[in-house]
Amino acid sequence: MEKVAVMGVGQTSFEREKDDTFEEMVFEAVQAALSDAGGKIGDIDNVLTVSNDFWDGRTISSMSVMYAAGAWDKDVSTVEGDGIFGAIYGAMRTLAGSFDTTLVVAHAKGSMGRMNLITNGMFDPIYQRPLGIDATMAAALQARCYMERTGATEEDFASVSVKNHRNGCRNPHVHLGMELSIEDVLRSRKISDPLKLYDCSPISDGAAAVVLANERGAKRFAQKPAWIRGMGHCSDSYTLGYRDLANTRALQAASRKAYGMAGIADPLKELDVVELYDAYSYMELLWYEGLGLAAEGRGAELMMSGATCMGGDLPVNPSGGVLSAHPVLVAGLARLAEAVLQVRGDAGERQVAGAKTALAHGINGACGQAHGVIVIGT
Amino acid sequence: MADRKTGQTELLYVTSGDMYQPYSYSLGRLGAEFLNTIKEEKRFLGARCPGCNRVYVPPRSVCGRCHMKMEELVPVSDEGEIVACAIIEFGFVDPNTGIARPVPYGTAFIRLDGADTALPHFLDSVDREKVKVGARVKAVFEETRTGKIMDIKHFALIDQYRRPGGSNGFSVE
Amino acid sequence: MGKRAAIVGFGQTKGSSSRKDVNGIEMIHEAVSAALADAELGIEDIDAVVIGNMDHFEGINYVDMWSVEGSGGVMKPIIKVTTGGTTGTTVAMCAYYHVASGLFDRVLAIGWEKNSESDTTGAIITAYDPIWERPNMAGAIGGLAVDASRYMHDHGVTERDGARVTVRDRLNALNNPYAHLRQEWMRGKDVATLVDLLVSSEENQVLAYPLRMSDLCPRTDAAAALIFASEDVAETIAPVPAWVLAVANRHNTVYYGDLDWSLNETLEAASRQAFAKVGIREPLKEIDVCELYLPYSYAGLAWIESIGFCGPGEGRRLLWDGVTDMDGEIPMNPSGGVMSSNPIGATGVIRVGEAAIQIMGKAGLRQLNRDVKIAMATGFGGCYWADVLLLGKNKPL
Repeated sequence: MEKVAVMGVGQTSFEREKDDTFEEMVFEAVQAALSDAGGKIGDIDNVLTVSNDFWDGRTISSMSVMYAAGAWDKDVSTVEGDGIFGAIYGAMRTLAGSFDTTLVVAHAKGSMGRMNLITNGMFDPIYQRPLGIDATMAAALQARCYMERTGATEEDFASVSVKNHRNGCRNPHVHLGMELSIEDVLRSRKISDPLKLYDCSPISDGAAAVVLANERGAKRFAQKPAWIRGMGHCSDSYTLGYRDLANTRALQAASRKAYGMAGIADPLKELDVVELYDAYSYMELLWYEGLGLAAEGRGAELMMSGATCMGGDLPVNPSGGVLSAHPVLVAGLARLAEAVLQVRGDAGERQVAGAKTALAHGINGACGQAHGVIVIGT
Repeated sequence: MADRKTGQTELLYVTSGDMYQPYSYSLGRLGAEFLNTIKEEKRFLGARCPGCNRVYVPPRSVCGRCHMKMEELVPVSDEGEIVACAIIEFGFVDPNTGIARPVPYGTAFIRLDGADTALPHFLDSVDREKVKVGARVKAVFEETRTGKIMDIKHFALIDQYRRPGGSNGFSVE
Repeated sequence: MGKRAAIVGFGQTKGSSSRKDVNGIEMIHEAVSAALADAELGIEDIDAVVIGNMDHFEGINYVDMWSVEGSGGVMKPIIKVTTGGTTGTTVAMCAYYHVASGLFDRVLAIGWEKNSESDTTGAIITAYDPIWERPNMAGAIGGLAVDASRYMHDHGVTERDGARVTVRDRLNALNNPYAHLRQEWMRGKDVATLVDLLVSSEENQVLAYPLRMSDLCPRTDAAAALIFASEDVAETIAPVPAWVLAVANRHNTVYYGDLDWSLNETLEAASRQAFAKVGIREPLKEIDVCELYLPYSYAGLAWIESIGFCGPGEGRRLLWDGVTDMDGEIPMNPSGGVMSSNPIGATGVIRVGEAAIQIMGKAGLRQLNRDVKIAMATGFGGCYWADVLLLGKNKPL
């Protein structure tokens, strides 16, 4: 089978209440990705945009960024979901024989809408919405389920927050890099028990873009390729009551597919760095298990071992993760961008020494209903 | 109401209530300057592409054809030509206000003199003989302006049917 | 190089103004079950799912997640794609790329909409730019009326010409049991009489001058699903698969005001690209049937010019000469088209499905009385988003 590489990545800064229009953010991310790839818009055969009508506050939200995405007179489509799914579909289009290169760009300005109203809109309108449920309340239910099943504690969750916010200090794109103590997290304002302020990601604005190419297309760019070695995606059931919220079967399926393609048997040993979607602190522990980095119920143990800290055996979220900046829909593509920088050795102050193989992860829906995983390597 | 004997149940809807999703849309520098200039000076500006020289109204920051950033604003006229139009007669609830928009009304895409693109707006007429492609119009501004596109009250049809040397070469009637 | 892919199954629900008897998930399930039955497959045979609709039409965020219990996407890869009116054709293209990538052998493509559950005009108004265009646009009807004004002005077209398109599609719909608008009163009447009736009837009110009610598509509740299969399995599933020969699309502009109203340049460019891929030089002669996304009557004149079935301003002649009728050289919309059913997110899926069943020989009463070798389907949406698919009976080289 043909191979697909990420040839360039671009990210805007992620912050609250950015003044830029959707168009300006997307243009900046696209220019950055093209410049990183060492190419021009003319090297791009087709374009995929990623956006969501609720988060953008308009119908057909991708229309506003057509110029900025460089879609003029090109084939173009739109994925509505996290950016990692945009990258997965982009890779399919690049493999299909129609295009040698694909530009994928995601944008969101979540801080300009109301997160609780927008995410209330993803719950069942007849039975669940009247309860006022939103993404954070659902996450609290999941966190509690996870604690009950594994014995993980609020201190365990807090340690994820401390690690990722600390890592964020070394990433110029994020806005919530900070030094926190476990105590700071535990004492922060209760949002939805057991989740406190520093267990929750901020809602940030920004855009990210990646340039994908098959082997033929890769020759158009000066940058060295970061090859997609495996990818997978999978959705669990919708209704929260139909799911075991502390079970990660969809992530297991998605990551096993990706590992199978990449020939990875022991991810904890074979991966050098992981960028995962920690929308809430506890999620990182749960996703460790889904990704096969820790045995079921042992996520907290892996965290407390220090293996996932900078300098550990498998640093997770050296970028600061989603806890340090959460541009919804963009965040999964930003994970991929960070994974690419790591395997190229271009991650600056947040570089994991000698990283050769990295994993990027994104989620869709409440409590990580669906997962997308990409394994990237030099 | 359910009738267990016949298995018949009255079918129901649940409404979303007054679901409302407030949102703030930033205009960027060019869009803000466009509306501020209308508000303060009752004049129109367009963004000029450094690549193809097209003038875009309303101004925006990227020329799609050239994939180039636009920075320069140039003045365009408050008069222009209808490039496409309609007279809306059906009633509907305006999602901008939540109330029925008064009908009938004339609406058109208007290419202002000096611009290459068209701005949609209301017309002051519902006369099928006058609301036509190629008709000349002039902006009428609100007395109190707040920095919104509705600071332009509407475009008024003006007598001149086409400007000299206009797109179809008609002369002034 | 990618794999060849074909359509091996199609299912749709009957179009209706209100499917109050089912919720959206149940309606999706109906279409998926019909498509699986058509292909004689079970949901366990499906490797991946693609779905699309417009969020604000039903007010549901993350529809791909919400609908998994109906779509069959539980514990499967699922992606949502959404491009406005083109959503259905975009979904079909996405499923095609899934298969062509070599990663999946059997992929389900689903489109759906329950327009009865929302205010369609209100939702469409929010597709216009919120700062510049939303305050004065009037949904699809206003936008299309504006479009009509320009074409009528440029080519001296009359309302009789528009009505001729409506009459063709609504007569065809009488052969389609799934069509929403089946106007039995039209049956057996000749075309000229029906055109006269439409343009003179007082009941046929003007909604947005120059458009009357009969120039516009209905609001429909329906779902539709397609199954795409790779060259490795397609012929074992369907005796006559509908092979995908080409997919192409364009969407250039951000604002309606940036369009060149005198032509449909996106449809023109997408058609050119698809024809070049297949080697079609004379579309009128080489294509056997078209399912065109015509959201209103005059598009049936203007856009067949953009595709290249005739020159600028000649669409009217093709219509009146009967070239696009069921027994004409290039029959258009044997299904009755969008003018007879418009469940927006499903509409494009239905265009592709209806084109496919003409090739597969499964179109029942609306089956063309000829050997259909190449069928074309289009999608229209957004700011002139144009999707083009070409399907063929012969496996591509």
